[in-house]
Amino acid sequence: MTSLVLTHAKFQTLELFRIPIAVVGSAFWPAASMLAFVVPFAGDDPVGATYATASMITFAIMNTNLFQYGIGVSEDRAQPWDPFVRTLAAGAAPRFLGRLLTGLLMMVVSLAPVVLIAALFTEAVVSPLAFVAAIGVCAAISVPFILMGLTIGYALPQKAALVVAQILFLPLAFGGGLLTPPGGAPGFIEDLAPFLPTGGAARLMWATVTDFPFDLGATLALIGWTVLFGALAVWAHRRDEGRRFG
Amino acid sequence: MIHARAEGVTKSFGSTLALDRVDLEVRAGELVGLLGPNGAGKSTLVSLFTGGRRPTAGRVELCGGDPRDPRNRRTLGVTPQETGLPASLRVGEVVDFVRAHFPDPLPKAELLDRFGLNDLVRRQTGGLSGGQKRRLAVALAFAGRPEIVFLDEPTTGLDVEARRDLWEAVRSFHAEGGTVVLTSHYLEEVEALAERVVVITEGRVLADDSVAAIRGLIKVSRVSLTSPVPLTDFDLDGLVALEQAGDRLHLLTPDADRMVRELVGRNVPFRDLEVRPTSLEEAFLVLTGKTGKEQK
Repeated sequence: MTSLVLTHAKFQTLELFRIPIAVVGSAFWPAASMLAFVVPFAGDDPVGATYATASMITFAIMNTNLFQYGIGVSEDRAQPWDPFVRTLAAGAAPRFLGRLLTGLLMMVVSLAPVVLIAALFTEAVVSPLAFVAAIGVCAAISVPFILMGLTIGYALPQKAALVVAQILFLPLAFGGGLLTPPGGAPGFIEDLAPFLPTGGAARLMWATVTDFPFDLGATLALIGWTVLFGALAVWAHRRDEGRRFG
Repeated sequence: MIHARAEGVTKSFGSTLALDRVDLEVRAGELVGLLGPNGAGKSTLVSLFTGGRRPTAGRVELCGGDPRDPRNRRTLGVTPQETGLPASLRVGEVVDFVRAHFPDPLPKAELLDRFGLNDLVRRQTGGLSGGQKRRLAVALAFAGRPEIVFLDEPTTGLDVEARRDLWEAVRSFHAEGGTVVLTSHYLEEVEALAERVVVITEGRVLADDSVAAIRGLIKVSRVSLTSPVPLTDFDLDGLVALEQAGDRLHLLTPDADRMVRELVGRNVPFRDLEVRPTSLEEAFLVLTGKTGKEQK
Protein backbone atom coordinates (compact mmCIF):
# COMPACT_ATOMS: atom_id res chain seq x y z
CA MET A 1 0.00 0.00 0.00
CA THR A 2 2.70 2.51 1.02
CA SER A 3 4.87 1.54 -1.89
CA LEU A 4 1.94 1.89 -4.25
CA VAL A 5 1.33 5.42 -2.93
CA LEU A 6 4.97 6.22 -3.67
CA THR A 7 4.67 4.62 -7.11
CA HIS A 8 1.72 6.84 -7.94
CA ALA A 9 3.47 9.90 -6.52
CA LYS A 10 6.60 9.09 -8.52
CA PHE A 11 4.75 8.74 -11.81
CA GLN A 12 2.66 11.84 -11.29
CA THR A 13 5.80 13.81 -10.46
CA LEU A 14 7.61 12.41 -13.49
CA GLU A 15 4.73 13.40 -15.72
CA LEU A 16 4.66 16.86 -14.24
CA PHE A 17 8.38 17.52 -14.50
CA ARG A 18 8.60 16.22 -18.07
CA ILE A 19 6.69 19.38 -18.98
CA PRO A 20 8.93 21.87 -17.15
CA ILE A 21 6.90 24.91 -18.18
CA ALA A 22 4.02 23.67 -16.00
CA VAL A 23 6.35 23.58 -13.01
CA VAL A 24 7.90 26.93 -13.88
CA GLY A 25 4.41 28.35 -14.33
CA SER A 26 3.24 27.50 -10.86
CA ALA A 27 6.42 28.98 -9.36
CA PHE A 28 6.28 32.07 -11.56
CA TRP A 29 3.31 34.06 -10.27
CA PRO A 30 4.18 34.05 -6.59
CA ALA A 31 7.84 34.86 -7.33
CA ALA A 32 6.92 37.54 -9.86
CA SER A 33 4.41 39.09 -7.47
CA MET A 34 7.10 39.15 -4.78
CA LEU A 35 9.50 40.97 -7.11
CA ALA A 36 6.90 43.35 -8.51
CA PHE A 37 4.92 44.31 -5.41
CA VAL A 38 6.74 43.35 -2.25
CA VAL A 39 10.41 44.05 -2.95
CA PRO A 40 9.98 47.65 -4.27
CA PHE A 41 7.20 48.76 -1.90
CA ALA A 42 7.79 47.00 1.38
CA GLY A 43 11.23 45.52 0.96
CA ASP A 44 12.97 48.05 3.24
CA ASP A 45 10.51 47.71 6.08
CA PRO A 46 11.12 44.57 8.15
CA VAL A 47 7.55 44.38 9.47
CA GLY A 48 5.85 45.20 6.17
CA ALA A 49 8.09 42.82 4.24
CA THR A 50 7.41 39.98 6.66
CA TYR A 51 3.64 40.52 6.43
CA ALA A 52 3.79 40.75 2.67
CA THR A 53 5.90 37.60 2.38
CA ALA A 54 3.47 35.67 4.57
CA SER A 55 0.62 36.92 2.36
CA MET A 56 2.45 35.87 -0.78
CA ILE A 57 3.09 32.42 0.63
CA THR A 58 -0.60 32.06 1.42
CA PHE A 59 -1.34 33.27 -2.11
CA ALA A 60 1.05 30.68 -3.57
CA ILE A 61 -0.50 27.90 -1.47
CA MET A 62 -3.99 28.77 -2.64
CA ASN A 63 -2.87 29.23 -6.23
CA THR A 64 -0.93 25.96 -6.63
CA ASN A 65 -3.46 23.80 -4.86
CA LEU A 66 -6.51 25.25 -6.56
CA PHE A 67 -5.00 24.77 -10.00
CA GLN A 68 -2.97 21.63 -9.36
CA TYR A 69 -5.96 19.70 -8.02
CA GLY A 70 -8.83 21.50 -9.67
CA ILE A 71 -7.46 21.35 -13.17
CA GLY A 72 -5.14 18.35 -12.72
CA VAL A 73 -7.89 16.06 -11.46
CA SER A 74 -10.46 17.08 -14.06
CA GLU A 75 -7.84 16.67 -16.81
CA ASP A 76 -6.98 13.20 -15.54
CA ARG A 77 -10.62 12.22 -15.48
CA ALA A 78 -10.89 13.22 -19.13
CA GLN A 79 -7.91 11.05 -20.17
CA PRO A 80 -8.59 7.52 -21.42
CA TRP A 81 -5.69 6.42 -19.19
CA ASP A 82 -7.78 7.06 -16.08
CA PRO A 83 -10.40 4.32 -16.70
CA PHE A 84 -7.50 1.91 -17.31
CA VAL A 85 -5.82 2.76 -14.01
CA ARG A 86 -9.16 2.10 -12.32
CA THR A 87 -9.10 -1.49 -13.58
CA LEU A 88 -5.79 -2.17 -11.80
CA ALA A 89 -5.93 -4.09 -8.57
CA ALA A 90 -5.86 -1.08 -6.26
CA GLY A 91 -8.51 1.15 -4.79
CA ALA A 92 -8.59 4.88 -5.19
CA ALA A 93 -6.49 5.52 -2.06
CA PRO A 94 -3.00 5.10 -3.59
CA ARG A 95 -3.90 7.43 -6.44
CA PHE A 96 -5.40 9.92 -4.05
CA LEU A 97 -2.49 9.89 -1.60
CA GLY A 98 0.04 9.86 -4.42
CA ARG A 99 -1.59 12.99 -5.78
CA LEU A 100 -1.39 14.56 -2.34
CA LEU A 101 2.36 13.90 -2.12
CA THR A 102 2.89 15.31 -5.60
CA GLY A 103 0.87 18.36 -4.62
CA LEU A 104 3.05 18.96 -1.55
CA LEU A 105 6.16 18.74 -3.69
CA MET A 106 4.74 21.26 -6.15
CA MET A 107 3.95 23.55 -3.25
CA VAL A 108 7.57 23.43 -2.10
CA VAL A 109 8.64 24.27 -5.65
CA SER A 110 6.38 27.30 -5.78
CA LEU A 111 7.11 28.46 -2.22
CA ALA A 112 10.90 28.15 -2.30
CA PRO A 113 11.42 31.15 -4.63
CA VAL A 114 9.15 33.32 -2.48
CA VAL A 115 11.11 32.47 0.65
CA LEU A 116 14.44 32.96 -1.14
CA ILE A 117 13.43 36.34 -2.56
CA ALA A 118 12.22 37.43 0.89
CA ALA A 119 15.49 36.38 2.47
CA LEU A 120 17.78 37.90 -0.17
CA PHE A 121 16.03 41.06 -1.34
CA THR A 122 13.89 42.25 1.58
CA GLU A 123 14.34 43.05 5.22
CA ALA A 124 11.78 40.42 6.21
CA VAL A 125 12.77 38.76 9.46
CA VAL A 126 11.61 35.63 11.15
CA SER A 127 12.99 33.72 14.13
CA PRO A 128 14.15 30.12 13.50
CA LEU A 129 11.36 28.84 15.73
CA ALA A 130 8.70 30.86 13.88
CA PHE A 131 10.14 29.65 10.58
CA VAL A 132 9.73 26.02 11.60
CA ALA A 133 6.24 26.76 12.90
CA ALA A 134 5.42 28.49 9.60
CA ILE A 135 6.26 25.31 7.69
CA GLY A 136 3.72 23.44 9.79
CA VAL A 137 1.13 26.21 9.29
CA CYS A 138 1.77 26.06 5.52
CA ALA A 139 0.94 22.37 5.52
CA ALA A 140 -2.19 22.98 7.63
CA ILE A 141 -3.60 25.85 5.58
CA SER A 142 -2.99 23.98 2.34
CA VAL A 143 -5.59 21.39 3.39
CA PRO A 144 -8.72 23.50 2.71
CA PHE A 145 -7.34 24.59 -0.66
CA ILE A 146 -6.43 21.03 -1.62
CA LEU A 147 -9.99 19.97 -0.76
CA MET A 148 -11.39 22.91 -2.68
CA GLY A 149 -9.30 21.93 -5.70
CA LEU A 150 -10.41 18.30 -5.42
CA THR A 151 -14.07 19.36 -5.25
CA ILE A 152 -13.66 21.36 -8.46
CA GLY A 153 -11.63 18.61 -10.11
CA TYR A 154 -14.03 15.79 -9.37
CA ALA A 155 -17.26 17.73 -9.80
CA LEU A 156 -16.59 19.57 -13.03
CA PRO A 157 -15.47 18.76 -16.56
CA GLN A 158 -12.09 20.04 -17.66
CA LYS A 159 -13.08 23.34 -19.25
CA ALA A 160 -15.50 24.26 -16.49
CA ALA A 161 -12.85 23.44 -13.86
CA LEU A 162 -10.39 25.84 -15.46
CA VAL A 163 -12.95 28.64 -15.58
CA VAL A 164 -14.15 28.09 -12.01
CA ALA A 165 -10.58 27.99 -10.65
CA GLN A 166 -9.76 31.19 -12.52
CA ILE A 167 -12.92 32.94 -11.37
CA LEU A 168 -12.38 31.93 -7.74
CA PHE A 169 -8.72 32.67 -7.43
CA LEU A 170 -8.63 36.48 -7.76
CA PRO A 171 -11.63 37.31 -5.51
CA LEU A 172 -10.26 34.86 -2.97
CA ALA A 173 -6.83 36.50 -3.06
CA PHE A 174 -8.19 40.06 -2.96
CA GLY A 175 -11.11 39.39 -0.66
CA GLY A 176 -8.87 37.56 1.78
CA GLY A 177 -6.58 40.60 1.97
CA LEU A 178 -3.59 38.85 0.45
CA LEU A 179 -2.85 41.71 -1.93
CA THR A 180 -2.98 44.47 0.65
CA PRO A 181 -1.16 45.02 3.97
CA PRO A 182 -3.21 44.16 7.08
CA GLY A 183 -5.70 46.96 7.61
CA GLY A 184 -4.94 48.46 4.23
CA ALA A 185 -7.81 47.06 2.22
CA PRO A 186 -11.17 48.77 1.60
CA GLY A 187 -13.45 48.56 4.62
CA PHE A 188 -15.87 45.90 3.41
CA ILE A 189 -12.95 43.62 2.56
CA GLU A 190 -11.47 44.13 6.03
CA ASP A 191 -14.79 42.98 7.48
CA LEU A 192 -15.15 40.06 5.13
CA ALA A 193 -11.56 38.81 4.92
CA PRO A 194 -11.31 36.90 8.22
CA PHE A 195 -14.20 34.71 7.17
CA LEU A 196 -12.83 33.76 3.77
CA PRO A 197 -10.53 30.72 3.62
CA THR A 198 -7.74 32.91 2.23
CA GLY A 199 -8.19 35.52 4.96
CA GLY A 200 -8.25 32.92 7.71
CA ALA A 201 -5.15 31.25 6.29
CA ALA A 202 -3.28 34.56 5.95
CA ARG A 203 -4.15 35.59 9.50
CA LEU A 204 -2.80 32.31 10.79
CA MET A 205 0.41 32.85 8.82
CA TRP A 206 0.72 36.46 10.07
CA ALA A 207 0.20 35.36 13.65
CA THR A 208 2.97 32.79 13.23
CA VAL A 209 5.67 35.04 11.79
CA THR A 210 4.73 38.53 13.06
CA ASP A 211 3.18 40.21 16.09
CA PHE A 212 -0.25 39.93 14.51
CA PRO A 213 -2.69 38.75 17.21
CA PHE A 214 -4.04 35.24 16.83
CA ASP A 215 -7.56 35.53 15.43
CA LEU A 216 -9.71 32.75 16.89
CA GLY A 217 -12.80 33.63 14.85
CA ALA A 218 -10.88 33.52 11.58
CA THR A 219 -9.23 30.23 12.49
CA LEU A 220 -12.58 28.67 13.38
CA ALA A 221 -13.98 29.92 10.08
CA LEU A 222 -11.03 28.31 8.31
CA ILE A 223 -11.71 25.01 10.07
CA GLY A 224 -15.33 25.35 9.01
CA TRP A 225 -14.29 25.84 5.40
CA THR A 226 -12.01 22.81 5.66
CA VAL A 227 -14.87 20.63 6.89
CA LEU A 228 -17.19 22.00 4.22
CA PHE A 229 -14.75 21.41 1.35
CA GLY A 230 -13.83 18.04 2.81
CA ALA A 231 -17.47 16.97 2.65
CA LEU A 232 -17.88 18.43 -0.84
CA ALA A 233 -14.71 16.72 -2.10
CA VAL A 234 -15.83 13.34 -0.78
CA TRP A 235 -19.26 13.86 -2.31
CA ALA A 236 -17.80 14.80 -5.70
CA HIS A 237 -15.36 11.88 -5.62
CA ARG A 238 -18.07 9.36 -4.74
CA ARG A 239 -20.37 10.70 -7.36
CA ASP A 240 -17.56 10.35 -9.88
CA GLU A 241 -16.71 6.75 -9.07
CA GLY A 242 -19.97 5.64 -7.58
CA ARG A 243 -18.31 4.33 -4.42
CA ARG A 244 -16.33 5.46 -1.41
CA PHE A 245 -12.58 5.48 -1.82
CA GLY A 246 -10.39 3.16 0.18
CA MET B 1 -15.47 -22.30 -13.09
CA ILE B 2 -17.18 -19.12 -14.26
CA HIS B 3 -14.65 -16.34 -14.69
CA ALA B 4 -17.01 -13.54 -15.65
CA ARG B 5 -20.77 -13.43 -15.40
CA ALA B 6 -23.47 -10.92 -16.27
CA GLU B 7 -27.01 -11.59 -15.12
CA GLY B 8 -29.83 -9.47 -16.48
CA VAL B 9 -27.48 -6.53 -16.76
CA THR B 10 -28.91 -3.19 -17.81
CA LYS B 11 -26.89 -0.02 -18.04
CA SER B 12 -28.34 3.31 -18.98
CA PHE B 13 -26.65 6.69 -19.35
CA GLY B 14 -29.41 9.20 -18.82
CA SER B 15 -32.08 8.28 -21.31
CA THR B 16 -29.72 6.17 -23.46
CA LEU B 17 -29.94 2.44 -22.91
CA ALA B 18 -26.42 1.07 -23.49
CA LEU B 19 -27.12 -2.47 -22.31
CA ASP B 20 -30.52 -4.10 -22.15
CA ARG B 21 -30.86 -7.16 -19.89
CA VAL B 22 -27.66 -8.87 -20.99
CA ASP B 23 -26.86 -12.40 -19.80
CA LEU B 24 -23.36 -13.72 -20.43
CA GLU B 25 -21.11 -16.31 -18.86
CA VAL B 26 -17.42 -16.69 -19.60
CA ARG B 27 -15.92 -19.91 -18.28
CA ALA B 28 -12.28 -20.19 -17.22
CA GLY B 29 -10.03 -21.01 -20.16
CA GLU B 30 -12.42 -19.76 -22.84
CA LEU B 31 -11.46 -17.45 -25.68
CA VAL B 32 -14.55 -15.38 -26.39
CA GLY B 33 -14.96 -12.69 -29.00
CA LEU B 34 -17.42 -9.87 -28.37
CA LEU B 35 -18.41 -8.74 -31.81
CA GLY B 36 -20.57 -5.79 -32.66
CA PRO B 37 -20.65 -2.49 -34.49
CA ASN B 38 -19.35 0.67 -32.83
CA GLY B 39 -21.70 1.86 -30.15
CA ALA B 40 -23.27 -1.57 -29.67
CA GLY B 41 -22.48 -1.67 -25.97
CA LYS B 42 -19.32 -3.83 -26.05
CA SER B 43 -17.15 -1.31 -24.25
CA THR B 44 -19.85 -0.62 -21.69
CA LEU B 45 -20.15 -4.35 -20.98
CA VAL B 46 -16.37 -4.63 -20.60
CA SER B 47 -16.27 -1.59 -18.29
CA LEU B 48 -18.82 -3.36 -16.06
CA PHE B 49 -16.74 -6.55 -15.98
CA THR B 50 -13.51 -4.67 -15.23
CA GLY B 51 -14.91 -2.57 -12.40
CA GLY B 52 -15.06 0.78 -14.14
CA ARG B 53 -18.80 1.19 -13.91
CA ARG B 54 -21.63 -0.47 -12.13
CA PRO B 55 -24.82 -1.72 -13.75
CA THR B 56 -28.07 0.19 -13.48
CA ALA B 57 -29.79 -3.14 -12.89
CA GLY B 58 -28.70 -6.77 -12.72
CA ARG B 59 -25.52 -8.35 -11.41
CA VAL B 60 -21.94 -8.52 -12.68
CA GLU B 61 -19.33 -10.89 -11.32
CA LEU B 62 -15.62 -11.21 -11.95
CA CYS B 63 -13.67 -14.13 -10.51
CA GLY B 64 -16.56 -14.87 -8.17
CA GLY B 65 -17.02 -11.39 -6.73
CA ASP B 66 -17.91 -7.78 -7.38
CA PRO B 67 -15.46 -6.38 -9.95
CA ARG B 68 -15.59 -3.02 -8.20
CA ASP B 69 -13.72 -4.54 -5.27
CA PRO B 70 -9.99 -4.27 -6.14
CA ARG B 71 -9.36 -7.71 -4.57
CA ASN B 72 -11.35 -9.35 -7.35
CA ARG B 73 -9.21 -7.61 -9.96
CA ARG B 74 -5.87 -9.11 -8.88
CA THR B 75 -5.94 -11.64 -11.72
CA LEU B 76 -7.46 -9.27 -14.26
CA GLY B 77 -5.60 -7.80 -17.23
CA VAL B 78 -7.03 -5.00 -19.38
CA THR B 79 -5.71 -3.13 -22.42
CA PRO B 80 -5.80 0.64 -22.10
CA GLN B 81 -6.90 2.61 -25.13
CA GLU B 82 -3.64 3.19 -26.93
CA THR B 83 -4.56 6.84 -27.43
CA GLY B 84 -4.63 7.23 -23.67
CA LEU B 85 -1.09 6.22 -22.75
CA PRO B 86 0.56 8.97 -20.67
CA ALA B 87 2.48 10.74 -23.43
CA SER B 88 5.39 12.06 -21.39
CA LEU B 89 6.25 8.76 -19.69
CA ARG B 90 8.70 6.26 -21.16
CA VAL B 91 7.69 2.75 -22.18
CA GLY B 92 9.72 1.21 -19.34
CA GLU B 93 8.15 3.55 -16.80
CA VAL B 94 4.60 2.75 -17.88
CA VAL B 95 5.38 -0.98 -17.65
CA ASP B 96 6.86 -0.50 -14.16
CA PHE B 97 3.84 1.50 -13.07
CA VAL B 98 1.38 -1.20 -14.09
CA ARG B 99 3.54 -4.03 -12.71
CA ALA B 100 3.66 -2.29 -9.32
CA HIS B 101 -0.07 -2.98 -8.87
CA PHE B 102 0.23 -6.76 -8.91
CA PRO B 103 1.53 -9.16 -6.25
CA ASP B 104 3.48 -11.36 -8.66
CA PRO B 105 4.01 -9.52 -11.94
CA LEU B 106 5.74 -10.88 -15.02
CA PRO B 107 9.46 -9.94 -14.96
CA LYS B 108 9.91 -6.69 -16.88
CA ALA B 109 12.48 -8.11 -19.30
CA GLU B 110 10.24 -11.06 -20.14
CA LEU B 111 7.23 -8.84 -20.79
CA LEU B 112 9.21 -6.44 -22.99
CA ASP B 113 10.70 -9.35 -24.86
CA ARG B 114 7.42 -11.14 -25.42
CA PHE B 115 5.85 -8.07 -27.02
CA GLY B 116 8.93 -6.85 -28.90
CA LEU B 117 9.27 -3.71 -26.81
CA ASN B 118 12.96 -4.10 -25.90
CA ASP B 119 14.18 -1.39 -28.23
CA LEU B 120 11.52 1.04 -27.10
CA VAL B 121 12.10 1.01 -23.32
CA ARG B 122 13.55 4.52 -23.22
CA ARG B 123 11.07 6.05 -25.65
CA GLN B 124 8.28 8.33 -24.43
CA THR B 125 4.94 6.80 -25.32
CA GLY B 126 3.82 10.01 -27.04
CA GLY B 127 6.50 9.39 -29.69
CA LEU B 128 5.52 5.81 -30.52
CA SER B 129 3.82 4.83 -33.75
CA GLY B 130 0.25 3.58 -33.66
CA GLY B 131 1.40 -0.03 -33.95
CA GLN B 132 3.98 0.35 -31.18
CA LYS B 133 1.39 1.93 -28.88
CA ARG B 134 -0.95 -0.96 -29.60
CA ARG B 135 1.74 -3.51 -28.71
CA LEU B 136 2.47 -1.68 -25.45
CA ALA B 137 -1.25 -1.48 -24.64
CA VAL B 138 -1.67 -5.24 -25.12
CA ALA B 139 1.52 -5.96 -23.17
CA LEU B 140 0.13 -4.00 -20.20
CA ALA B 141 -2.83 -6.38 -20.03
CA PHE B 142 -0.39 -9.24 -19.40
CA ALA B 143 1.91 -7.43 -16.96
CA GLY B 144 0.36 -8.83 -13.80
CA ARG B 145 0.27 -12.53 -14.80
CA PRO B 146 -3.52 -12.36 -15.23
CA GLU B 147 -5.88 -15.30 -15.38
CA ILE B 148 -8.43 -13.35 -17.39
CA VAL B 149 -7.73 -10.59 -19.90
CA PHE B 150 -10.04 -8.16 -21.68
CA LEU B 151 -8.51 -7.06 -24.97
CA ASP B 152 -10.09 -4.18 -26.84
CA GLU B 153 -9.52 -4.42 -30.61
CA PRO B 154 -5.98 -5.67 -29.96
CA THR B 155 -4.73 -5.82 -33.53
CA THR B 156 -6.88 -3.37 -35.45
CA GLY B 157 -4.68 -1.27 -37.71
CA LEU B 158 -1.53 -3.34 -37.26
CA ASP B 159 0.55 -4.59 -40.16
CA VAL B 160 0.42 -8.28 -40.99
CA GLU B 161 3.57 -9.29 -39.13
CA ALA B 162 2.84 -7.34 -35.97
CA ARG B 163 -0.67 -8.71 -36.01
CA ARG B 164 0.59 -12.31 -36.23
CA ASP B 165 3.01 -11.73 -33.35
CA LEU B 166 0.23 -10.40 -31.16
CA TRP B 167 -2.13 -13.21 -32.12
CA GLU B 168 0.65 -15.62 -31.19
CA ALA B 169 1.03 -13.99 -27.77
CA VAL B 170 -2.71 -14.18 -27.13
CA ARG B 171 -2.87 -17.81 -28.29
CA SER B 172 0.01 -18.90 -26.09
CA PHE B 173 -1.61 -17.20 -23.08
CA HIS B 174 -4.81 -19.07 -23.90
CA ALA B 175 -2.93 -22.34 -24.40
CA GLU B 176 -1.58 -22.03 -20.85
CA GLY B 177 -5.15 -21.89 -19.57
CA GLY B 178 -5.80 -18.15 -19.62
CA THR B 179 -9.27 -16.74 -20.25
CA VAL B 180 -9.54 -14.15 -23.01
CA VAL B 181 -12.40 -11.78 -23.81
CA LEU B 182 -11.77 -9.96 -27.02
CA THR B 183 -13.87 -7.06 -28.27
CA SER B 184 -13.80 -6.10 -31.89
CA HIS B 185 -15.90 -4.79 -34.69
CA TYR B 186 -13.82 -6.73 -37.21
CA LEU B 187 -14.88 -10.29 -37.88
CA GLU B 188 -11.39 -11.14 -39.13
CA GLU B 189 -9.77 -10.42 -35.80
CA VAL B 190 -12.36 -12.41 -33.91
CA GLU B 191 -12.19 -15.25 -36.44
CA ALA B 192 -8.43 -15.53 -36.03
CA LEU B 193 -8.55 -15.94 -32.27
CA ALA B 194 -11.89 -16.75 -30.77
CA GLU B 195 -13.67 -20.08 -30.44
CA ARG B 196 -16.92 -18.61 -29.32
CA VAL B 197 -18.46 -15.40 -30.61
CA VAL B 198 -21.02 -13.26 -28.84
CA VAL B 199 -22.68 -10.78 -31.17
CA ILE B 200 -23.90 -7.61 -29.49
CA THR B 201 -25.99 -4.93 -31.13
CA GLU B 202 -27.96 -2.15 -29.55
CA GLY B 203 -27.15 -3.35 -26.08
CA ARG B 204 -28.48 -6.87 -26.55
CA VAL B 205 -26.89 -10.25 -27.16
CA LEU B 206 -28.02 -11.11 -30.66
CA ALA B 207 -26.19 -14.39 -31.05
CA ASP B 208 -23.84 -16.54 -28.99
CA ASP B 209 -22.32 -19.34 -31.00
CA SER B 210 -19.23 -20.89 -32.59
CA VAL B 211 -17.15 -18.83 -35.03
CA ALA B 212 -18.35 -20.91 -37.98
CA ALA B 213 -22.00 -20.47 -37.10
CA ILE B 214 -21.65 -16.73 -36.64
CA ARG B 215 -19.74 -16.38 -39.89
CA GLY B 216 -22.67 -17.93 -41.76
CA LEU B 217 -25.08 -15.71 -39.92
CA ILE B 218 -23.46 -12.40 -40.73
CA LYS B 219 -22.12 -13.08 -44.19
CA VAL B 220 -24.08 -10.67 -46.34
CA SER B 221 -23.19 -9.44 -49.84
CA ARG B 222 -24.49 -6.45 -51.71
CA VAL B 223 -25.53 -6.91 -55.32
CA SER B 224 -26.02 -3.53 -57.01
CA LEU B 225 -27.62 -2.94 -60.40
CA THR B 226 -29.77 -0.61 -62.44
CA SER B 227 -33.00 -2.05 -63.78
CA PRO B 228 -35.90 -0.53 -65.79
CA VAL B 229 -38.41 -2.74 -64.00
CA PRO B 230 -39.25 -2.74 -60.28
CA LEU B 231 -37.65 -5.78 -58.68
CA THR B 232 -40.48 -6.08 -56.19
CA ASP B 233 -42.41 -7.81 -58.97
CA PHE B 234 -40.04 -10.75 -58.72
CA ASP B 235 -40.05 -12.83 -55.57
CA LEU B 236 -36.29 -13.27 -55.55
CA ASP B 237 -34.96 -16.18 -53.56
CA GLY B 238 -32.39 -15.31 -50.89
CA LEU B 239 -33.12 -11.58 -50.85
CA VAL B 240 -32.92 -10.24 -47.30
CA ALA B 241 -33.19 -6.56 -48.08
CA LEU B 242 -33.69 -4.28 -51.04
CA GLU B 243 -32.47 -0.69 -50.98
CA GLN B 244 -32.91 1.98 -53.61
CA ALA B 245 -30.52 4.92 -54.07
CA GLY B 246 -31.41 7.01 -57.10
CA ASP B 247 -31.75 4.56 -59.97
CA ARG B 248 -29.43 2.06 -58.30
CA LEU B 249 -30.89 -0.94 -56.56
CA HIS B 250 -28.96 -2.70 -53.81
CA LEU B 251 -29.86 -6.28 -53.04
CA LEU B 252 -28.55 -7.68 -49.78
CA THR B 253 -28.18 -11.44 -49.75
CA PRO B 254 -26.19 -14.13 -47.97
CA ASP B 255 -25.26 -15.76 -51.31
CA ALA B 256 -24.31 -13.35 -54.11
CA ASP B 257 -23.66 -16.12 -56.67
CA ARG B 258 -27.09 -17.56 -56.25
CA MET B 259 -28.67 -14.12 -56.45
CA VAL B 260 -26.95 -13.35 -59.78
CA ARG B 261 -27.98 -16.74 -61.19
CA GLU B 262 -31.51 -16.05 -60.05
CA LEU B 263 -31.58 -12.64 -61.76
CA VAL B 264 -30.26 -14.10 -65.02
CA GLY B 265 -32.44 -17.21 -64.85
CA ARG B 266 -35.60 -15.15 -64.45
CA ASN B 267 -34.66 -12.75 -67.23
CA VAL B 268 -34.60 -9.68 -65.03
CA PRO B 269 -33.29 -6.86 -67.23
CA PHE B 270 -30.33 -5.12 -65.58
CA ARG B 271 -27.08 -3.30 -66.31
CA ASP B 272 -23.94 -2.17 -64.39
CA LEU B 273 -23.88 -5.19 -62.11
CA GLU B 274 -21.65 -4.87 -59.08
CA VAL B 275 -21.05 -7.32 -56.23
CA ARG B 276 -19.40 -6.25 -52.98
CA PRO B 277 -19.13 -7.74 -49.50
CA THR B 278 -20.99 -5.64 -46.94
CA SER B 279 -19.35 -4.27 -43.85
CA LEU B 280 -20.10 -5.87 -40.54
CA GLU B 281 -22.16 -2.78 -39.67
CA GLU B 282 -24.42 -3.40 -42.68
CA ALA B 283 -24.68 -7.06 -41.88
CA PHE B 284 -25.80 -6.19 -38.37
CA LEU B 285 -28.36 -3.77 -39.70
CA VAL B 286 -29.80 -6.53 -41.83
CA LEU B 287 -29.76 -8.95 -38.92
CA THR B 288 -31.52 -6.58 -36.59
CA GLY B 289 -34.08 -5.72 -39.27
CA LYS B 290 -33.17 -2.03 -39.22
CA THR B 291 -33.03 -2.00 -43.00
CA GLY B 292 -35.79 -3.55 -45.04
CA LYS B 293 -37.44 -3.85 -48.37
CA GLU B 294 -39.56 -0.81 -47.71
CA GLN B 295 -36.51 1.38 -47.11
CA LYS B 296 -35.76 4.01 -49.75
